Amino acid sequence: MRVVIAKPGLDGHDRGAKVIARALRDGGHDVIYTGLRKTSSDIVRIVNDEDAEVLGLSTLSGAHDSLIPKICDGLRGDGLGNVIVFAGGIIPERDLELLYKSGVRAVFGPGTPTSDVLGFLDEALLRKQNKHPIGVGDDLGWHWN
Amino acid sequence: MSNISELLELAISGDRRSLSRLMTNIAESPQIPQFQSESSWTLGVTGPPGAGKSTLIGQMVKHWVAVGESVAVLALDPTSPITGGSFLADRIRMEGDDLGETVFVRSIASGNIPGGISPRIWPMCQALSLCGWTRIVIETVGTGQSEFRIAALADRILLVDGPDRGDIIQAEKAGILELADVIAVNKSDLPGAVSSAQSIRISLALSGDDSREVILVSALEGEGVEKLISTIESCEPRSERNEMIMRERLISEWDSLLVTHPEIDEIISKLCIGSITVNEAIHILSSSIVQSRE
Repeated sequence: MRVVIAKPGLDGHDRGAKVIARALRDGGHDVIYTGLRKTSSDIVRIVNDEDAEVLGLSTLSGAHDSLIPKICDGLRGDGLGNVIVFAGGIIPERDLELLYKSGVRAVFGPGTPTSDVLGFLDEALLRKQNKHPIGVGDDLGWHWN
Repeated sequence: MSNISELLELAISGDRRSLSRLMTNIAESPQIPQFQSESSWTLGVTGPPGAGKSTLIGQMVKHWVAVGESVAVLALDPTSPITGGSFLADRIRMEGDDLGETVFVRSIASGNIPGGISPRIWPMCQALSLCGWTRIVIETVGTGQSEFRIAALADRILLVDGPDRGDIIQAEKAGILELADVIAVNKSDLPGAVSSAQSIRISLALSGDDSREVILVSALEGEGVEKLISTIESCEPRSERNEMIMRERLISEWDSLLVTHPEIDEIISKLCIGSITVNEAIHILSSSIVQSRE
């Protein structure tokens, strides 16, 4: 699948994003990395221009609760409701529900084996093929973890 | 195909979502779509890995946007031959600031399309031109002859090298030095750039052609970029360019027909066991390609 890995907001650390990008590439995906410090609208535009099927958002700054829902809204607003969104980084458990409600389908914390992320993408692709809700604009409910 | 013409119509009307989907469709549709645009302006940028092509394109994009052009970049990156995956990171180096609506960047993994990406690049450029993109840049990394040659599909070619790399010799081998209209030696802020430019000038003079400019630039500091752009803008597409473009299109489309031929694997196995000769294989393949096209 075509996957955009993005770093939203003021957050200068991208080792995790690069590890994920590398793992997905090795898993046979085409990975487009945005680089650091992208605004929500930058990210929506990049997902559109690259015609990506998946967006992975990495954030360590604590701003996930405002940035990620904003990006999900932006995707839906621009006709990108079928894009599959997942998140990673430092995200406390109490915020998971909020992200799932925004349309995020998986959240990966520190120490996640990269095979877990690949497993999620396999499952997501399967759901997409079977027309089960998986995109950011589809019915909520299902999430990976 | 009707899907493609619908998308084209929407994209021409300014719908960015349709433009993006159109590019994917052109890359993936079983038949290679054809468009005709009279006024396209295309630049192929190639050179060895690490020469600074993406950073330099980023600088050029900024300049063009400032003077009111709309710029589309097709950035080709290699696909891993082992996993089939790719890590497309050119846009990191192009997107210094928020580039907004007048810049369109599409990263393309060169290896995932049956028959190769090169026959798809021309229709992509034509479609972008029809949609009003006034500067279209094709970036290809010069790691192999086929990658170098994709640049030859453009109206004009910029060859980028770094200081004292000696990699220009690879370009010479691939025949791209003769094709290049403008040659830039990047990283002029580093030692060795001047002598590198000089050795390229000598190489050009040896082949009896010193009409082309070798320009020193620093993509990092922006030095020389204005001069580079004005040289590119003022270079008249050479008369033999059209012949080259057509030649590249013909070869790439023919290659694509050949490698996507349904019997190709069978024919290769027959060649391996020696039941047919290469000449016979060519005969079988070419006559069935002709038949399928009639």
